[in-house]
Amino acid sequence: MFISNLEFMTGKKVIKHLGLVQGSSVRAKHAGRDIMAGLKNLFGGELKGYTELLQESREEATNRMIEQAQATGANAILNVRFSTSSITAGAAEIYVYGTAVILDGLD
Amino acid sequence: MYELVVTLILISLGYFFGRRAERKHYKSIIAREKIMNSLPAMASRMPPQDGNYDQMLVSGSVVIANDYFKMFVAGLRNLFGGQMRSYETLLDRARREAVLRMKEKAKSLGAEMVFNVKYESSNISGQTKKKPPIIEVHAYGTALRKI
Repeated sequence: MFISNLEFMTGKKVIKHLGLVQGSSVRAKHAGRDIMAGLKNLFGGELKGYTELLQESREEATNRMIEQAQATGANAILNVRFSTSSITAGAAEIYVYGTAVILDGLD
Repeated sequence: MYELVVTLILISLGYFFGRRAERKHYKSIIAREKIMNSLPAMASRMPPQDGNYDQMLVSGSVVIANDYFKMFVAGLRNLFGGQMRSYETLLDRARREAVLRMKEKAKSLGAEMVFNVKYESSNISGQTKKKPPIIEVHAYGTALRKI
């Protein structure tokens, strides 16, 4: 699966548009990580635990989007956008969406 | 009385450690930005039309928290209004760090440039007012690698 946030791929032609595909994941913070982050909160600086957590969450959302695109028979997703929203204290939703297309000459 | 002492200790800890951490972070950002200058990241949506390129989505993100001292200063600033420098540097650091991470990923994939860079920032600490804000900045774009 080929993913890009440009609207086209250089040198390849879009044969068919298959519409919007999306994936989302909501993750809560882990209590152990929360305590460490609480300490770090006093001194400022990067909270590595949360960075990893959100990265994992983003990967999961992207995988869900890819699954959906594969189900429609696409071989590429173009114009991908990310968005994050905090739902309550301690949980964040990651949302990914893009246009599923079939590109010429791509396996 | 007890609470006041605890608050003062927290503020002074935040002042010393926070300032040191920020200085260290800025130093490392400036040093890495110099190295990464060879790999430009652009907001342009039109990649060069000459030659064939491989396109890959790359992203970098960072979660960063303000220290207790800065939160206290910002609280005071909130009364009078005006420029909140303690938050400005926080966001500046987070954005530059996120872009650096994105570029590092692009470099490890052998890319030459990154196009259509978008930023996205969100507050993930929730609605708690007593805690310093935790901010996530995510930068993503399309890395181009010459075939």
